[in-house]
Amino acid sequence: MSQDKFKPELVSPFRRKLLMGAAALPALALLGPRPSFAQAATAAVNTTGLAVTDSTVTVGILHSVTGTMAISETGSVQAEKLAISQINAAGGVLGRKIEFIQEDGASDWPTFAEKAKKLLVQDKTAAVFGCWTSASRKAVLPVFEQYNGMLYYPTFYEGLEQSKNVIYTGQEATQQIIAGLDWVAKEKGAKTFYLLGSDYIWPRTSNKIARKHIENHLNLEVVGEEYFPLGHTQFNSAINKIKLKKPDVIYAIIVGGSNVAFYKQLKAAGFDLENKQTLLTISVTEDEIRGIGGENIVGAYACMKYFQSLDNPNNAAFVKAFKDMWGQDIVIGDVTQAAYLGPWLWKLTVEKAGSFDIDKIAAASPGVEFTGAPEGYVRIHENHHLWSKTRVGRARTDGQYDLIYETADLVEPNPFPKGYQ
Amino acid sequence: MFDYSLGELGSILAMQAFAGLILFSVFVLMALGLAIIFGQMGVINMAHGEFLILGAYVTYITQHLFSDYLPWAQPAYFLVAMVFAFVVSGALGLIVEWLLIRHLYSRPLDTLLATWGLSLIMQQVFRSVFGAREVGVELPDWLMGSLAVTDTIEVQINGLFVMGLTLLITAAVLVLLFRSRWGLQVRAVTANRVMAGAVGIDTRRVDRLTFGLGCGVAGIAGSAFTMIGSTGPTSGQLYIVDTFLVVVFGGAQSLFGTVASALTISQSQSALEFFLSGSMAKVITLLIVIGILMLRPQGLFVLKLRR
Amino acid sequence: MSLIKSRGTELLGYLLLAVVLLVVLPLLLDNFRLNLIGKYLTFAFVVIGLVISWGYTGVLSLGQGLFFGLGGYIMAMFLKLEASTPEATAIQSTPGIPDFMDWNQLTALPWFWEPSHSFIFTVFAIVLVPSALAYVIGAAMFKRRVGGVYFAIITQALVAVATILIIGQQGYTGGVNGITDLRTLMGWDIRTDSAKTILYFIEVVLLFGCMAVARLMLGSKLGRILVAIRDKEERVRFSGYDVANFKTFAFCAAAGFAGIGGGMFTLQVGFMSPSIIGIVPSIEMVIFCAVGGRLSLIGGVLGALLVNAAKTGFSEEFPELWLLGLGGLFIGVVLFFPRGVAGLYADHVEPRLGPWLNRARLRTKLPVGPAEPTPAE
Repeated sequence: MSQDKFKPELVSPFRRKLLMGAAALPALALLGPRPSFAQAATAAVNTTGLAVTDSTVTVGILHSVTGTMAISETGSVQAEKLAISQINAAGGVLGRKIEFIQEDGASDWPTFAEKAKKLLVQDKTAAVFGCWTSASRKAVLPVFEQYNGMLYYPTFYEGLEQSKNVIYTGQEATQQIIAGLDWVAKEKGAKTFYLLGSDYIWPRTSNKIARKHIENHLNLEVVGEEYFPLGHTQFNSAINKIKLKKPDVIYAIIVGGSNVAFYKQLKAAGFDLENKQTLLTISVTEDEIRGIGGENIVGAYACMKYFQSLDNPNNAAFVKAFKDMWGQDIVIGDVTQAAYLGPWLWKLTVEKAGSFDIDKIAAASPGVEFTGAPEGYVRIHENHHLWSKTRVGRARTDGQYDLIYETADLVEPNPFPKGYQ
Repeated sequence: MFDYSLGELGSILAMQAFAGLILFSVFVLMALGLAIIFGQMGVINMAHGEFLILGAYVTYITQHLFSDYLPWAQPAYFLVAMVFAFVVSGALGLIVEWLLIRHLYSRPLDTLLATWGLSLIMQQVFRSVFGAREVGVELPDWLMGSLAVTDTIEVQINGLFVMGLTLLITAAVLVLLFRSRWGLQVRAVTANRVMAGAVGIDTRRVDRLTFGLGCGVAGIAGSAFTMIGSTGPTSGQLYIVDTFLVVVFGGAQSLFGTVASALTISQSQSALEFFLSGSMAKVITLLIVIGILMLRPQGLFVLKLRR
Repeated sequence: MSLIKSRGTELLGYLLLAVVLLVVLPLLLDNFRLNLIGKYLTFAFVVIGLVISWGYTGVLSLGQGLFFGLGGYIMAMFLKLEASTPEATAIQSTPGIPDFMDWNQLTALPWFWEPSHSFIFTVFAIVLVPSALAYVIGAAMFKRRVGGVYFAIITQALVAVATILIIGQQGYTGGVNGITDLRTLMGWDIRTDSAKTILYFIEVVLLFGCMAVARLMLGSKLGRILVAIRDKEERVRFSGYDVANFKTFAFCAAAGFAGIGGGMFTLQVGFMSPSIIGIVPSIEMVIFCAVGGRLSLIGGVLGALLVNAAKTGFSEEFPELWLLGLGGLFIGVVLFFPRGVAGLYADHVEPRLGPWLNRARLRTKLPVGPAEPTPAE
């Protein structure tokens, strides 16, 4: 692919001098941490014909704006746009401003594949931030591998996947699950667990890992395991079953609209999550609580890597910037934060590699560190997942989580866990 | 499950029956509006789910109005919200009938498509106005929690409320249909549209009011569902299959049929859910309903009509 | 608009469509866009079926996604088995079975996957399995005179059941992710641009084949009986025809065509997913047909193309407005253009063109208008 406009001789020499001159100005240098990169010729940093010019680089955002998944994916879009605008304000990537093309996956997996192909083949985007559900990721994965694109995927997911063309900025299942189970077994003295989930791959795989860990490593008991179709709204029978089994811990991985129904009905059935019943979930972020209503889920424990209430300077700045951009009453969940990491990690990787080329980015990714992450320090593992801490939070009435526990060290991502399959 | 005492089993049985009753009430509420419209006009309103959600959003708005302007009346907001929901959904129903449905009476299958288009438009309007995220509707305190009947049996207050509401609305609709002059006209039109027109009934007006009533009842139902379900732009789609099946299974033109079919479907689903996983219970329930419909296509109850 | 029209204009219509699909579009569009057209055209197969069952016979199925999906899954099963060689899946605990089975602790291929090793079986099954299912459904319902809205709702419920089953039985079906990462068809890499182009031409040829079959069916005496059933079912029954059999036949044919479309969809898109089976896609398929004109094969194909192209275009430019546009399209078509694009052509273009095309036209007037059958009993 050799579009003329990317050839160096077509770049005005005067313009390049201007850029160099600008870089020398200390006042302007403050705007960008590494303005010297502006000197790098486009031909040198982009050998594969991506949409990179002397002053801009184009990336893609691919989420569902319409359809059932729009509810969940809105936050990710907002986070990615915030990160891009912040990076641009700080001088861009290799001195180039990031421009983005947003496509709507419409909650439909073939559409995701179609749009992914458009972003890679037509728009030649240098990176794509997007996808939310496992199904959409599975649909676009062959596209990214075939056309050699780079996807930054934000959601916590079931693992069992690793690709040169994907950076997984959320946690894979073992990272998220095991620390939480250990904690609830140790701190709450839990002996029996009841596993619930929406009926698709992530809850099923996660519950499988949870069950193996509970039975084989903690030597405790799973007294029930049950799945509901996506969109299920009647949980009274399931709740009665739970009443019968009296588990120490309800372990719930219910997603989407079902979540709202489940917690409302659980509360109405007299389960007192604040004082009597321990409930641990890995699927309810602050985003979901807005729909559920804080008063319906108060006291539940959630196990993930980020809570909006985390007390550190990075997070304070992030939350403020997010609210300034998208409104004061907005909330930020785990996936939203992970989506925010995507553009930053990409920028850091590009600068480490000194190139926009996909192959070089894929190779340079392992070891890339991001100290400014709202969740704290993160680092990309050889398997393209993130080292990250796992935290347990407790839901408050106002829809936020109180941090109860966090792992002392970063947890290693292990997408193909031995002994858990 | 045999390592439990009889007492425990008994209370679970009681609570399970109660769960089935709640589901039954939900189904009746869901289906009533549709049944009125379907029975009267033979029209399946595919936007029914969106009318439900409209009621839910009206409840959401009412809650905010009350907490902003009338905080002292907050406990009562839910009752007011239901009235609003009825009025708003009903009014929209009247408008839709006037703009859309009345042109399509001779083509019931086309109405199905047009109302589907309407549902898409309503979804997008919800999304533009309220955002793609679900909104949380806070319940007044008196609707929360449960009553302990015995040590082991607890009864959800909002479940009781839904049941009471269902009873009330069903009774109201029945009274309207069978004890009022307007109801007489509706039944006359259902039985024989041409003859009804010939004896001086304004069939168009009857149609419009029926459609409006059906949508209004859907609005109340949606308002009640904020207690148990989610309120988002696409939440309405969660209800459509169940709703249609309840109505079709009950047999058109028969409200008793709708109630009976809601009872059958809800009890079997609730019982199956107790013994199987939620997914399988749903599949089996749907298959049973489809199977019975194949054997008895006219539904459970049929109104004898001369055509 | 009707098939009983001047043969001259009709032939010209097919010729034009062929020129557009086989020459103009491939020349005008790059690979990516042509591949998109290929994806849209898979729905045209469904629409051909709907023209037969809905337009001509008055049987509205809101469950065509089920048959489309069956065809797609059967094709995907074949491709997945081919992609899951023991070498390619060496890292699994059970090499040689599809990856999602391994993730779900299956250690052997389920029995109903076994026939999918055979390409011949796959080709036949893509048509026959959907038709057979349609036969079971149709025979049971039409014999008991279930029709109209009832039939539509029941087919819709079947779609719901199928979706829940496929998503729930993920060890056997790939669950909500579907069957992904398909690579080769009998050793031929279907992911390359050249393969996609060749597949496109195969698909167009197949489409014309299907249109020819459908045209023959509808132009024959059978077609007239179907129309008669749609307009006055009772009279046809009193005349001694077995109405249920004819309706079942139309429904089966529609299912078979949908199955072919599904198989092509898998080839074009490279994976199969339950999201294409659901209630919403099934209804969208009906709207393709309604927009194109429920009584015209050419119109139907155009409808599938236009609506899908609009969907892609709208969602690229104004994602927020797409649903409004689609919803408006539903209502507009139903209210104002019940015969769709084909109707517009017949009413406004053809009367002006007609005299030039064939001066000596003998037009048999038959009541093939958009009149719907009487409301459901």
